[in-house]
Amino acid sequence: MTTLTTGSPDTRTYAEFGRPLWRRALFNREMAIIALLLAVVVAASVMVPKFATPVTLGYLLFDVTPILLIALAMAPVMITGDIDLSVGSMVGLSSVTLGLGTQMGLSVPVAGLIALLVGALGGLVNGLLVTRIGLPALAVTIGTLALYRGIAVGLLGTTAITQFDRWWTTLVKSKIGGSGIPTVMIVFVLLLAAFAIMLHFTPFGRGVFSIGLSKDAAVFSGVDAERTRLVLFVLSGLMAALAGIYYALYYNSARGDNATGMELQVIAAVVLGGVSVFGGRGALHGVVAGVLLIGVLSKALQLVNITSDVVSIITGVLLVLSVIAGSVLSWIQAKRLRPAAPPVKTS
Amino acid sequence: MTTVAAPPAPGVLSRLGSLARSRETGIFLAFALVVAATTVKNPQFLFSGDGWRDLLLTPAIVAVVAIGQAVVIITRSVDLSVGSIVGLTAYLVGSLFVAVPGFPIPLVFLVGIAFGSLLGLVNGALVAFGRVPAMVITLGTLYAYRGINVVWTGSNRINASDMPRDFLALGTQQVLTIPVITILAVAILAMVGWYMANTRGGREFYAIGSDPDAAELYGLAKTKRVLIAFVASGAASGLGGVLFAARYGTINSQVGDGFELQAIGAAVIGGVAIVGGSGTVLGAVFGAYLLLTINRALPVLGIPDFWQRAVVGALIIGAIILDRVLANRQAKRLMEDRSAA
Repeated sequence: MTTLTTGSPDTRTYAEFGRPLWRRALFNREMAIIALLLAVVVAASVMVPKFATPVTLGYLLFDVTPILLIALAMAPVMITGDIDLSVGSMVGLSSVTLGLGTQMGLSVPVAGLIALLVGALGGLVNGLLVTRIGLPALAVTIGTLALYRGIAVGLLGTTAITQFDRWWTTLVKSKIGGSGIPTVMIVFVLLLAAFAIMLHFTPFGRGVFSIGLSKDAAVFSGVDAERTRLVLFVLSGLMAALAGIYYALYYNSARGDNATGMELQVIAAVVLGGVSVFGGRGALHGVVAGVLLIGVLSKALQLVNITSDVVSIITGVLLVLSVIAGSVLSWIQAKRLRPAAPPVKTS
Repeated sequence: MTTVAAPPAPGVLSRLGSLARSRETGIFLAFALVVAATTVKNPQFLFSGDGWRDLLLTPAIVAVVAIGQAVVIITRSVDLSVGSIVGLTAYLVGSLFVAVPGFPIPLVFLVGIAFGSLLGLVNGALVAFGRVPAMVITLGTLYAYRGINVVWTGSNRINASDMPRDFLALGTQQVLTIPVITILAVAILAMVGWYMANTRGGREFYAIGSDPDAAELYGLAKTKRVLIAFVASGAASGLGGVLFAARYGTINSQVGDGFELQAIGAAVIGGVAIVGGSGTVLGAVFGAYLLLTINRALPVLGIPDFWQRAVVGALIIGAIILDRVLANRQAKRLMEDRSAA
């Protein structure tokens, strides 16, 4: 009967410990994505004129910043086996909050703080519905996806707020010296470090992985699963709100429909970056590489005048291929580990 | 003394009672309430030719898509790509008429349904054979299908003048004041509803959705059922695309954008539990009518229609909380019955 679980993700994770350390470190999803990213960067630099310039690098990083920010928090949420579909709507709600705040005469930091509070509150609502009432995260966040977007659009209608403090918009658009790297990248790198430490080097982070592998086992090992998941949803809301503030300031426009559909881009990048959709597996360097891979591809294609629509095909196909590849690999691995296993009869 | 009391034969009263308690009745009452409240405010909403027609017609296309979606959700999957399938099929239909002006109309329906089924088959095959969550696969195909649509369409647009008048007439035609599209939706509802409730195949969807592992151990062909569910959802979306073309007459690359949310919302509001294994397609259709009628009622009731989506979101959340409460109550009752026996 054990052969029935052959293809399950758990078996694969444990099976990996049978391989030597150097092979585990080098041959994994994250490294594959990083290698693919490097290959695409090299190919684009050689074949696409103007790709390897500070200007392009700048635009590329400006474009992916909101996705990077949200992906940092989405990755741990998905590693626990949950999902947060409401982030794109929260980006919109947060930028609308920032816009309304500044319109009422508040300074950008104060309005930004309120926007962050709104984000945390939105995440808290998601988290409470998921952990306290025990509803599936997918259903809850489909609901709040509509709800938060609805509030954002309801508050502003079709109008846009475009008057932001010049000092702040210049700061957000500024770059570090002549390198083309946006100043906001410093904030991102600091947050990346914080999230990486939290996820990979703390008991809390180990708890995140163990919840994804088996929630019951995690609870029996003393992980406060409900609190962990709640915290992660709040973080997800916070990061989405931060991305919303960035979005409003960078594009100098707060609209109800800001970042519509961004949740799909974030989830696609996170899954592409090696986070298992079953939970329990993933790493932040892979996630960052996944976001950058989609960003580089779309920027390179844009430069050779291929419209952004092709990018959505590529994103979709990459996403499907990456999960299918994971499944096929684990199937092959399971076959190799149990060569004598009798064929499973399913019907 | 271990005689088990046979359950009382369902009398007329208890049948009426369970009908009154059913989720579908609740949703229908909510729908009736919305219509009544709006009609009091503005009698035109119900008591005018156009009002009556729009009331029945507007939600019909989403209802058709929601029927397919409900089958998929009952099987414990989800199909996010339905909006993209609606869009792609609608454009295919339009292009057919542009390429072959006299294309026979019944054949257009067949082509649309077949094309939608094919796209659904791609989803189903990836989900069933790849053994990966449907959400991720259909998220990928949502992108891919929409991308293909946008590349194919470009900034092109197919207008009503490109399509035969008979075909467009289908979109607004009425038989005994009931729109043809609504009749079509009801026919499909009756067929799928009967199949899901009364046939072995239909019940297998529920079994797989309640507990996939148990269903497989029991010997049910899970792969086949998942495939069928996705093909059904694709076929329904394909038909939705054809109906969209007939109803609105203008097709650009964004047709059906956001349908996935409405279809899933309709199913969930109508009592199809997102965790699979329960709910009916009738509930999903009532959900679609409630959802889209609220959208149309809001402006009449003096609420700016910008708040539509917020209401939709609140409804979805309310519906899933209600589902949970009902499920808990039922579990408790079953436990009590067991300890009492």
